[in-house]
This record gives sequence, C-alpha cells and structure tokens, in this order.
Amino acid sequence: MDKFHSLKGIAAPLPIVNIDTDMIIPKQFLKTIKRTGLGVSLFYEMRYDNDGNLIKDFVLNTSPYDQSKILVAGDNFGCGSSREHAPWSLKDFGIRSVISTSFADIFYNNCFQNGILPIVVSPENLDQLMTAAKNQIEFTIDLPEQVIKAGNHLIKFEIEDFRKERLLQGLDDIGITLGYKDKIIAYEEDKKNKKPWLFKDN
Amino acid sequence: MSNQGPKTLFDKIWSEHLVGQREDGTNLLYIDRHLVHEVTSPQAFEGLKISNRPVHRPEATIAVADHNVPTINRQNIEDPQSKIQVETLAKNTKEHGIQYFDLMDQRQGIVHIIGPEQGITQPGMTIVCGDSHTSTHGAFGALAFGIGTSEVEHVLATQTIVQNPAKNMRISVNGELPFGVNSKDLILYIIGKIGTAGGTGHVIEYAGSSIMGLSMEGRMTICNMSIEAGARAGLISPDQTTFNYIKGRPYAPGTEHWDQAVEYWSSLPSDNDANYDHEIVIDSSEIDPMVTWGTSPEDVVSVKGTVPNPSSAKTENKKKSIERSLEYMGLKPGTKITDIKLDKIFIGSCTNGRIEDLRKVASIVKDKKIASHVQAMIVPGSGLVKKQAEEEGIDKILKDAGFEWREAGCSMCLGMNPDQLKPGERCASTSNRNFEGRQGRGGRTHLMSPELAAASAITGNISDIRDFT
Ligand code: SF4
Repeated sequence: MDKFHSLKGIAAPLPIVNIDTDMIIPKQFLKTIKRTGLGVSLFYEMRYDNDGNLIKDFVLNTSPYDQSKILVAGDNFGCGSSREHAPWSLKDFGIRSVISTSFADIFYNNCFQNGILPIVVSPENLDQLMTAAKNQIEFTIDLPEQVIKAGNHLIKFEIEDFRKERLLQGLDDIGITLGYKDKIIAYEEDKKNKKPWLFKDN
Repeated sequence: MSNQGPKTLFDKIWSEHLVGQREDGTNLLYIDRHLVHEVTSPQAFEGLKISNRPVHRPEATIAVADHNVPTINRQNIEDPQSKIQVETLAKNTKEHGIQYFDLMDQRQGIVHIIGPEQGITQPGMTIVCGDSHTSTHGAFGALAFGIGTSEVEHVLATQTIVQNPAKNMRISVNGELPFGVNSKDLILYIIGKIGTAGGTGHVIEYAGSSIMGLSMEGRMTICNMSIEAGARAGLISPDQTTFNYIKGRPYAPGTEHWDQAVEYWSSLPSDNDANYDHEIVIDSSEIDPMVTWGTSPEDVVSVKGTVPNPSSAKTENKKKSIERSLEYMGLKPGTKITDIKLDKIFIGSCTNGRIEDLRKVASIVKDKKIASHVQAMIVPGSGLVKKQAEEEGIDKILKDAGFEWREAGCSMCLGMNPDQLKPGERCASTSNRNFEGRQGRGGRTHLMSPELAAASAITGNISDIRDFT
C-alpha cells in the first residue's frame, strides 16, 4: 500500500452534505474488475453533462482545483454503499486526503486501505478550511504531527494510532494478520467442539 | 465494553468471536460466513493471486451474482463488462473451491435474500459481505456488516477482520402498529428521526413489542436499512420466530445439532440491565405510512404530509440541502405528497423483494389495473421467491394487473443492469436508497412500502394505502 506522510497543495471545496458513494462513483463504473482507471469518472454526474462533456464550472473541472490532492467536503461524506471504487476513484484522480465533519464508517475504513487520509474536523474548522480552499490558500497536511495548516489556521486532528502507523509505513494488513495464523487455527479448533453446527461445511 | 456485568447482544457476539489482539492494538474478529457477489470481489481475488495467497476456509464462503445480472434474457448478458464480471466470479469461485449459485440455479438471487432463505444466516454468527446491506442478516441476531473490497480479500485470506468494537444503540418501538403501517414505514420513520448519520459508529439493536411482533421478513426490512441510518449493523434478538424460520432450511443446523444450537441462540438476547450508549424509545401510534420526498433516506414525510419548505429549515446548510433536493426531484414546497404523479413503480430489492412483500402487492392489485401512464415492474429477490410466487399464482395476478414479472436480481434498486430510470422519470420504489442518480441518471425515487407502491401503481399517484379500496 502507498505510504502517506505529508501533503501540500490547493484543496478543492465541495460544500455539499451527505455526499454518497453513488455521487462519488456511479454504478456504471462498478463493472470494472480493476482498481485503477476510475479517476476520470470521479463525481461523474456532477462533472459531465448528459453528452459526456465537462461541466465547466464544477470545481474539479476548474484550475487549479483539477490538480487538487485534498478535498474539503460537507458532513457525512461517503455515506451509502460499501464500494471501494469510491476511494479508488478519488485516488486515481489524485486525491489523497478528504476533510469533513464526519464520514460514513465503511468509507472511512476503505480510505485507509488505499493510502487515503480522511480527516474529521469540527464544524467551525470546516468552515474556515472551506473558505481557505475557496480562496486557493495552500494547505499542508502533516500526518506525523497530526495538523492541517492553511494560511494562519493551524488545526490539530485525531487519528487512531494503528491507522496512523499503517499509513506512515504503508503496511500490508493481510500480511500482518497472517502472522497470527496459529491463533486463528486454534480459535477454529476450539469452536469446532463448542459450536459444531458452524462447521458442518457443505 | 467490559467482560463482566450485563451484556448486550452485540457484546456477546463480539466477545465470542474475538480471536485476539494484534500488536498494533486492533482486534481480530473471526468471521463465520462470508457472502460474495460479482461487483466487489474481482479485485479481492486478484489481490490474492498477486500475493499468491490461498483462501483460508473456502467452505465458509458462498457466492452469487446479483447486482449486475439482467432480469430478462438470462442466457445472454449483453453488456460485455457485466458479462466479464459475472464470468470472473464463476472462474474465481471455481478456482478456490467456493460454492457458487450460478445464474441458471434456482437458488440464485440477491445475496441478502438468499442467505436467510438457505438457512446460511443464523443467530450469533458474524457475517460479512462486500455490500452495505449485509446489515439485513442482523434480523436473526447475527452480527452482519458490509465491508470494502480490501477487507473482502482480508477475510478470504484469513477468515478474520480487523475491527474495533462499535457503540451500542437501542431503538425500542412499542405498541401495536396502526392500520396500514408496516416494517418499511417503521424504519423510514426511524431514519427520518435520527438522520442518515444518526447511527454512525454504532450497532443498532431494535427492540420493543412492535419489532418483536414482526415476521422474520419484516425484521429483515428493518435491519436492512440500518446502514441508511449510518449504523454499522442492525440487530434483533433471536426468539422462537427466528428459530421456526431457520428450521429445516438447507444450511440450517441438522437434527444432530439443532437442540445444541437453539440452546446457544437462546442465550444471546441482551441482558435485562445491559447498558447502551444511546437509547431511543418510539411509540408506534405516532407512525404513519411514510414516503421519501428528497434525495436522502432521511428526507421522509407521512404520506398524508406535504413537501417541506426550505425556509423552515433550522440551519443554512439544511436549507441549501433541501433546495438542492427539491430541484433535483422537481418538486415544489407545500405540494401534497398524494398529488405527486408517478411514471414507474419498482417492487423488489433486498429490502422488499421477499414472498410476503409479493403477497401483499398481489392482494392489493388483484382484479385491478395499473394506471395507464405508469410502467410497473416486480423483481423477486431470488429464484426461489419467484418460484414460490408462481406456485401461489401471484405472478398471474400481477401480470393481469399490468406488472412486468422479472427474473431475480438487484435490478432497478441500483440500475447497474439495463433496468433504469430515464432523466426526470419519477418512481415509487420499495428499495432503500433515493440518492441522486441511484436508479438512473436524473431519475427521481420515492421510497415507500410495497403496500403503498402497489396502491400507487393503481392510482398513478403516490397513494395512502389507508384510503385505498
Ligand atoms: S438489492 Fe439494492 S441494496 Fe440490495 S444488494 Fe442489491 S443493489 Fe444493494
């Protein structure tokens, strides 16, 4: 997995609440069997008109936001389906961090699996960052220090230690868990005795 | 969450499945059953291949294609990409020795319909699937939740998942349900009350006499939409209704283990004095048949109500979001809900695509015709639901009324297959999401119960089942 240490750049403002995963990447793009190539379809219905032409005033279609690595968005970002195509498309577009007041659980988790840092801030801080993004002020996100800098705003954020460590080191989660394989097998042996109907494998 | 003292249903399942703690402080939770479908699994199997990892316990996984399958002309999937995806699932499951219900198998259907139908879903289990509506299985008192594709790969490789415990929330609904009000209205009402982020970080346990009085199918409708309330999972205590439902199904415990299983299942309900981080109590008499007016499942109103006015919103953000929804939905504030004219009716999905739903619809539309300006489609949740309905003559009643009768699948719940709304078309839908573009670009969705959708099909407007004769 890609590592994440720090990030610098102009953030794109998307002041809409409840941005769901259908908005992030509509269903017609879920037919792929690959993880890559979804960036052009990110926010498809907001980004393109019925004929597939770019909608010029949508934020990610305008310079400098078309190069943004950071997204500042309204509350409850990523609600809806479990599709990991949502973080895949964000990442393929180049977005490595999303800032909001809250995230849906599955989306939040999916981000970390893909080297994307979702950051939760207070409503006041979100307002400040949204304004800074609109004014094209440069953001710096520093994961080791857990701060966002934008102009004269300096905002601390929380992140669970294990998630931070995994992002910093780009760790392979499955590899780590397979280190506990003995424990998993011991668990299964124990349950085979206690709950045999669960192992009536047919 | 402590190990001593009274426990909730969630706490009990959680501690029973803890394999241990990893060095990074995270918990490894054992997964009893893993359900796999074609859309969120190809990249997971590819990941296994790249790192040369086997599937740890293939027998614990069941696969089916549902999201992307046509509901007519099954033999030939026209969309080449859909076809590749379905074929990829067939190939991957074969390669790893995973049981797969293919498109011609009568057991094929929506993954959350077939789990319970086959008796795969049982109390006290942990169940995951690369799909957010995995919460459906919580109706059996199983801890069931949706996961992303990377986690699908993790479960395939290790039969565990990395998780931290959720918070406990209990929503109790008490009292007899008023006439015309059923499980779909209940859950829509709850989502309207707590909001789409109301359950974030929580597992919601539904309790109270109204909930426990529901059939298993009604309970599934409730738990299904837990995710629309932002919750990680929904749970309902298993009871005799649950056991009766499971008994005798193909994957249910056989006679040799049945009593032992029931004894264990009976120990699962939350202890009386268990502690919840959050409690909500609802009196069922306050609930009407509900309909969504907007583009979020929390945008609900009584079918007797009107489209809200943005100026009545409490915050500026809320006002903007109502305005945006109304513009998308093509609705004016103050419009009576029953004055909203429909183009399409969709009955189906993992929320309301089961036999009881079909029976209700049939009883309402029997000897009637759908309005001439609407197109109505009914998509059974599984091949077996379809078969059952045909045996009961339900298909005939529906077809006579003017409904299209389809093969099983997700269909227009998400419109990945050819079943889609056209821009501006307005649909009464028994599914679970009314997001912008969900049923097709520019399509306008009104979520409601099968009863309301059936009545609305006949009148051509959104209709209150209580006025319907
Ligand atoms: S019926 Fe709809 S909500 Fe249910 S699994 Fe299929 S697409 Fe998802």
